[in-house]
Amino acid sequence: MIQAVSDQKKRMHPHKFTMWVAIGSILMMFAGMTSAYIVKRSQAGWMMIEIPGIFWFSTLAILLSSATVYLSLRSLKQREMKAYRRWLGITAIFGVLFLALQIAGFKEFAERDIRIVGAGSNASYSFLVAISGLHGLHVLGGVVALVVMAIMAVRSSTRNYNTVPLEVVATYWHFVDLLWIYLFIFFNWMK
Amino acid sequence: MSTETVSHAHDATSTSHSHEEHGHDHHHEESFLTKYVFTTDHKMIGKQFLITGIIWAIIGGLFSVLFRLQLGYPDSTFPILEDLFGKWAAGGRISNEFYYALVTMHGTILVFFVLTAGLSGTFANILIPLQIGARDMASGFLNMLSYWFFFLASVVMFASLFIQTGPASGGWTIYPPLSALGQASEGSKLGMDFWLISMALFIVSSLLGGLNYISTILNLRTKGMSMTRMPLTMWAIFFTAVLGVLSFPVLLSGAVLLLFDRNLGTSFYLSEIVVKGEILPNEGGSAILFQHLFWFLGHPEVYIILLPAMGMVSEILSVNSRKPIFGYLAMVGSLFAIAILAFLVWAHHMFVTGLNPFLGAFFVLLTLLIAVPSAIKVFNWLTTLWKGNIRFTPGMLFAIGFVSLFISGGLTGIFLGNSTLDIHLHDTYFVVAHFHIVMGVASFFGMFAGVYHWFPKMYGRYLNNTMAYIHFWVTLIGAYLIFWPMHYSGLAGMPRRYTDWSNWQSFNQFQGMNSFISTVAMIVFAVQLLFVFNFFYSIFKGRKVQSENPWGANTLEWTTPINPGHGNWPGDIPEVHRWPYDYGKDGRDFIPQTEPIGANESKH
Repeated sequence: MIQAVSDQKKRMHPHKFTMWVAIGSILMMFAGMTSAYIVKRSQAGWMMIEIPGIFWFSTLAILLSSATVYLSLRSLKQREMKAYRRWLGITAIFGVLFLALQIAGFKEFAERDIRIVGAGSNASYSFLVAISGLHGLHVLGGVVALVVMAIMAVRSSTRNYNTVPLEVVATYWHFVDLLWIYLFIFFNWMK
Repeated sequence: MSTETVSHAHDATSTSHSHEEHGHDHHHEESFLTKYVFTTDHKMIGKQFLITGIIWAIIGGLFSVLFRLQLGYPDSTFPILEDLFGKWAAGGRISNEFYYALVTMHGTILVFFVLTAGLSGTFANILIPLQIGARDMASGFLNMLSYWFFFLASVVMFASLFIQTGPASGGWTIYPPLSALGQASEGSKLGMDFWLISMALFIVSSLLGGLNYISTILNLRTKGMSMTRMPLTMWAIFFTAVLGVLSFPVLLSGAVLLLFDRNLGTSFYLSEIVVKGEILPNEGGSAILFQHLFWFLGHPEVYIILLPAMGMVSEILSVNSRKPIFGYLAMVGSLFAIAILAFLVWAHHMFVTGLNPFLGAFFVLLTLLIAVPSAIKVFNWLTTLWKGNIRFTPGMLFAIGFVSLFISGGLTGIFLGNSTLDIHLHDTYFVVAHFHIVMGVASFFGMFAGVYHWFPKMYGRYLNNTMAYIHFWVTLIGAYLIFWPMHYSGLAGMPRRYTDWSNWQSFNQFQGMNSFISTVAMIVFAVQLLFVFNFFYSIFKGRKVQSENPWGANTLEWTTPINPGHGNWPGDIPEVHRWPYDYGKDGRDFIPQTEPIGANESKH
């Protein structure tokens, strides 16, 4: 019985577990995408990608947001509710900043007169926008989750110290961060 | 099995966890809306999946009757078709566009909406918490979302049937470039966009469901319910969910790229193409790329459909033979082997697309390897039946029918798995016969077995036996009469996807056989309607179940009240002390899982 109690603390909450399985599932989607990219790249007519420099800044933004979501979770665990809400808000802002920088990066192509979609486009740039667009949608989902949590934290009349929802969201947030790092390295490596 | 693993730490915690969350649920009153519509009760969600699946099955089945009319009687006209479908059946004859729309939607509906959502959605929901001893799913809310995404997908797909240019009609595999270019056919216009949107919603539904099934089975088992004490239904549904969670996202990637090609003028799948004299600007795309992405889901999808049926059949065969399942661990192992191999064989759908023959050889080998776990399963089902004290309930008959169909449909898979034989057999009626028997009809039999067996648990009443026996015999004999002859014409080289062979010397000799197949198909369809009638009639008027455990089964769902509320058990969740297959042991007919191991009990 003592064994059972001590194990209870170590065990993962089912919702967190579900998030990990979901992460595996999302990974499969991007694995499908990047494998398609590799297959397509080995065929004739592939145009080398020039990654816009602005992507370095979006990468920095999402890296910082991973740190702030960590700080938010730490504050919640220490029951410093003000700091928790502040870091949560900052994380969401970094998320929005990331998305804005990504969009700015794609605007750069238009200035350089590179077609991403439509007539005269090359599959390499289409892949870039399809894959990072899908990643962007996942970041957007995370931002929505963060905003919903922030609103609940401000509006709720009772103090709720349950860390599970934030742990789930933070896990997801670290995941979309790492996913972008993977994609960024992938695009730079497999131009 | 393992009698020593009684105190599993995680089991203890799962019970205590479920208590705090759900212990109070069945006291408060529920409104119509929260009980029947936006419910989070896994049993009600399962019934929603089942009834939606039944409605789709009627539509999908009706479509097959319509195109069988064309195939069976190409020279006749049916004025009523023109009254019903207008320009699609001008002069009482099904137009070519209509024919392709019908076969495409028949495939889409049956594969995804009926045999994926309607089969695994139904039984995963109803059985998982009941058989592992949990109050509900890990997340009731996600579970509810899973159904409502399915419902939305259904609405979009259903709406696509009514648009002016018709629904998608490039086959359920929607290969580009046909599906990517609106100019190419009527069905590739708006209908194709509806198809893609509907499938995207469907994939979301299926993923939300799958996540929940996996984390419920791994996290919420009751005390004593170690993995090796789970009924085989649970193992099968677990592997099904893993397959779905890992393969559906890849289809989504493929569909996203197709949406880009359709609407944003990209060239992922489109190379230099001329349509109706118009030179398209696309260059350098690869249509084969789509096939790789599609079949990476498409093949596991076959097992997503089949595994739940296998699991239910294993359970029902054992209960109604009053014998333990033969080779429990071998059954689990073969499910596992099938799940792994399912990911490694997708290119056998592409042998003749220009795939490197050297690469093809590996896919042949891996494909033929599936015969090993499949044969293990068949052997174990037959040895479970062997010298059993068989009760021929309707559920049992369908389970035995499943084994029969799985054998006869599986054997032709060995033919088709050979890339050399496939040069002759691909795209013929041999393929149609193979996958309809082994995937379509066999899975339907598993589903029927499940419905007949667990109907008393779902509604507290029995289905009518007389109608059930008529349903079984006509469906079994009918299925063989429809699909066996197709092997024959397929071997002769008769191709699929043609609306009419009457001007084709080599194949119009099969006209009599085709008429015969069409007639049988209509009779079988009528008998399915009898089942639907039986289903809805028995919900309200069926014979009432009098005891908690009408089949004398060991598993946990039969320890709940006849009509369990939300939360399943009124008191504590029972503790499990043994595996679920102690039938005919030590002179006792059956020993429920909740009974502790006796002092002098023999090992099984």
